[in-house]
Amino acid sequence: MSDLIIPILMPKWGLSMSEGTLAAWHVEEGTEISPGDEIMDVETDKIANVVEAADGGLLRRRVGSDGEIYPVRALLGVMAPAEVSDAEIDAFVDAYELPEVEEEEDTGPTYEFADLPIGKIRYAERSGEGTPVIFIHGFGGDLDNWLFNIDAVSEVAPAYALDLPGHGQSVKAVDQPGLDKLVTTIIDFMDHLGVDKAHLVGHSKGGLVSGQTAISHPDRVASLTLICSAGLGAEINSDYIEGFVSAASRKELKPKLHHLFADKSLVNRSMVDDLLKYKRIDGVQDYLEALKAALFDGGSQAVDIAKGLEALDIPLLVVWGAEDAVIPVAHADAVSGAEVVVIDGAGHMVQMENANRVNELITSRL
Amino acid sequence: MARTLSMKDAINEALDQEMTRDPTVIMMGEDIVGGAGAAGEDDAWGGVLGVSKGLYAKHPKQMIDTPLSESAYVGAAIGAATCGLRPVAELMFIDFMGVCLDQIYNQAAKFRYMFGGKAETPVVIRAMCGAGFRAAAQHSQMLTPIFAHIPGLKVVCPSNAYDTKGLLIQAIRDNDPVIFLEHKNLYGSECDVPEEPYAIPFGEANVVREGSDVTIVTYGLMVPNSLTAAETLKKEGIDVEVIDLRTISPIDMDTVIESVEETGRLVCVDEANPRCSIASDISSVVAQDAFGALKAPIEMVTAPHAPVPFTPSLEDIYIPSPDRIADAVRKTMASSKQEVAAQ
Amino acid sequence: MSNPFPLEKEGLLEAYRRMKTIREFEERLHVDFGRGDIPGFVHLYAGEEAAGVGIMMHLQDHDRIASTHRGHGHCIAKGVDVKGMMAEIYGKSTGSCAGKGGSMHIADLSKGMMGANGILGAGAPLVCGAALAAQKLGHDGVGITFFGDGASNQGTVLESMNLAAIWNLPAIFVVENNGYAESTSVDYAVASDSYVDRATGFGMPGITVDGTDFFAVYEAAGEVVKRAREGAGPTLLECKMIRFFGHFEGDAQTYRAPGENEDNRANRDCLKIFRAKVTEAGVLTDAELDAIDAEVMDLIEEAVEEAKAAPLPAPEELTTDVYVSY
Repeated sequence: MSDLIIPILMPKWGLSMSEGTLAAWHVEEGTEISPGDEIMDVETDKIANVVEAADGGLLRRRVGSDGEIYPVRALLGVMAPAEVSDAEIDAFVDAYELPEVEEEEDTGPTYEFADLPIGKIRYAERSGEGTPVIFIHGFGGDLDNWLFNIDAVSEVAPAYALDLPGHGQSVKAVDQPGLDKLVTTIIDFMDHLGVDKAHLVGHSKGGLVSGQTAISHPDRVASLTLICSAGLGAEINSDYIEGFVSAASRKELKPKLHHLFADKSLVNRSMVDDLLKYKRIDGVQDYLEALKAALFDGGSQAVDIAKGLEALDIPLLVVWGAEDAVIPVAHADAVSGAEVVVIDGAGHMVQMENANRVNELITSRL
Repeated sequence: MARTLSMKDAINEALDQEMTRDPTVIMMGEDIVGGAGAAGEDDAWGGVLGVSKGLYAKHPKQMIDTPLSESAYVGAAIGAATCGLRPVAELMFIDFMGVCLDQIYNQAAKFRYMFGGKAETPVVIRAMCGAGFRAAAQHSQMLTPIFAHIPGLKVVCPSNAYDTKGLLIQAIRDNDPVIFLEHKNLYGSECDVPEEPYAIPFGEANVVREGSDVTIVTYGLMVPNSLTAAETLKKEGIDVEVIDLRTISPIDMDTVIESVEETGRLVCVDEANPRCSIASDISSVVAQDAFGALKAPIEMVTAPHAPVPFTPSLEDIYIPSPDRIADAVRKTMASSKQEVAAQ
Repeated sequence: MSNPFPLEKEGLLEAYRRMKTIREFEERLHVDFGRGDIPGFVHLYAGEEAAGVGIMMHLQDHDRIASTHRGHGHCIAKGVDVKGMMAEIYGKSTGSCAGKGGSMHIADLSKGMMGANGILGAGAPLVCGAALAAQKLGHDGVGITFFGDGASNQGTVLESMNLAAIWNLPAIFVVENNGYAESTSVDYAVASDSYVDRATGFGMPGITVDGTDFFAVYEAAGEVVKRAREGAGPTLLECKMIRFFGHFEGDAQTYRAPGENEDNRANRDCLKIFRAKVTEAGVLTDAELDAIDAEVMDLIEEAVEEAKAAPLPAPEELTTDVYVSY
């Protein structure tokens, strides 16, 4: 078998993904692909996304067909230089076998738990070299908000994503939730990991937490990436915040989630169901109400950290989805001296809607 | 990795967490602890299939073994529910409801209405239901229609471990009497179940599979059977939506109607006997409220109008199988309202 | 003159007032029902007042009772509002149950009255639950189920006696033995000669008292309620008594012996017996009792007038209060 043959496989996004639909190829056979090129759309029951080529090469064979479902790591395509014969490629395709599924296989972020003073915190860990990156999700989110980012970023640095208190699978019973407790959690989390200094990547409310962590503990933060961040202005979409907190059913929740994406079709049943499952856990409703009251009372943001950020002496990248319907894109310019990138065609969940661009922005600056 | 749990263990966990949260939650039933007053071990059984195993050790004052005396202890659970407790009474099998039905349908179900809204009866009556256990005619029935018929009762019949935990916690916290039916053939079925307590509201059907050609409406064991049928039909190019009702009363007809308005075809799958069943009920509501959306006659797949037989060869054909469900879907795909009208 | 009774004068007046209220309530219903003013069925408690009141004088609101189809007396004795009851029987929105329960389902849980019950023997398991709740919640409340000689043969009653005995519940089983299960005599329908024997069979004490004698009932009930409160377990209390009216209003009572009703009224009227005892002992005077009679008559008259004047439930009430939430 030729060593020159490079397979293109169905990716695995997160632990729960076992199969995906090859929604559409973006490249024809005979195309020379460069690493990072968008080669196909893949949809799972959670979300749809573009797959980028990990390697470059000449696309010789599209094995997978548009619209078909394939298990994770199924062979979808073959790249090989022109000198490899069609017969060799046929043989490769025929001989390809799905790898045996191993329990706890290292194909996505594994979940760990840390016992912090505030309680149990769930996190995902991806090993790597250098100063670690810590991903901090937004209001009502969880570490899976970084499903499309953590792997890519871990190629250049160790990467961690955690569920904040009151979120995901972390502790739900928290007295008087607020920004201070969240910042303390980040520092305690870093202490737990034995991490002195980290690059913080925060989304929405997680951006506010990241920024405040840097302001309160400047010696612990190497850089900040604030994505559609809270804390940079007063306005926030109260229909989203109030609606997300009060929604008790799929019907009520789904239209609120449309605020999160430029492409509303990304809000599928599975995403709504997963959020409902989270919201129905004992303590979550109380937590969200209390946190909303602390941070976004009356449809307005209570905390503005723009001035505090300006005083910092660390790299600060601000990323925004141009079509963000939750926090106005105008807030991107709140911090003078920050590098600002506004991504077209993406909404509040820009790190999911255009993961490739966001990943490139993060990794290129590490 | 999220944790998986069997339906049986999900029931145990829900009871455990609710008894911990609220000391007024008590559990009563035959052999739910086991060995009461006997010379041997305490907690000898933990229920006939071990569902409540270990709960006595954690909640000795809240776990009460009863004599074989369903009228007395189910009635006591109901009476206690009007006096500040939240009892969960377990009948081993739904078939035993007949022995204590007066307490359920004349007492618990009617207190609130008869007393002009001044009574609350937060009682849960749990029982195993359904065929497939070679348990014959008096230990295998699917009596959901009988209880759904009675105003004042809520009726739950989950299809998986996640729903079971959330619906049982809701049942215990609910302030109305709830008949909570557990299909014994699903006790071993596993799925991801959060460790924390959570409640799933009643009256919210779950679309467990989205599809555009045919809507299957069902509950309990018939959910996995319908999903198996749907996978078979997918290979034939038929895209099936499967709706798990989760609660029979209240019933989420909105979700059913919305789905039928999209697909235009309905197959009702019900393990109950066909006359006056959940299947016939849904069929009649859809025929009345969404007739214009129907492209073909409604199909029903149910048990026959016969008791549950003992011998495996007969019981296996008594229970609606994935094959029978798939056949009904093919039939509704092949026919149209116009053709039927023309006949 | 010293008071030979177990109640002070105030208590005696209160007992008499409750008994008289029941009597006049029932006598008035008999008349109004006969006139066609009242829909449905009514089963009257007149003649049995000493039993209900003799027991209920020992109870408080946290003590629970489950009544029978013949429940008006238990309700009044337990403190349910008489005007609300009358309005209920008239089917009015101001009734105890907003007109949805009627004579057979009057309840007031705030008074510990778990409901009259159209199903004979159904109250026995329910009070086991009330007694279990008292036990688990750690208060000294008791549960009392009333049932007739007819319902004494129901499996629910017998199962409940067993349950109460094995769990040592503060439950009391009161047999109101008026000699007739509807029209069928106790001699025909009840196998054992003595309810005490039945109690013994379930390992609990049984006591039989003359239910037309308020003081006999009061004293026996005092003992069994005390026993239950102290955690000594259940008891059966049989009150032998008489029913002035038929099983239901309209019952021609042809099963009775000639002159039986007249004899009952003349010689076994618990109110007359009570009055005779307390006046002969010189503890109460006829004038004091007559004053209560007059007040009771006024109360019943007012209750009827208000019930007749009260509005019917609105049509939309047809489907309310089926569930707490649905």
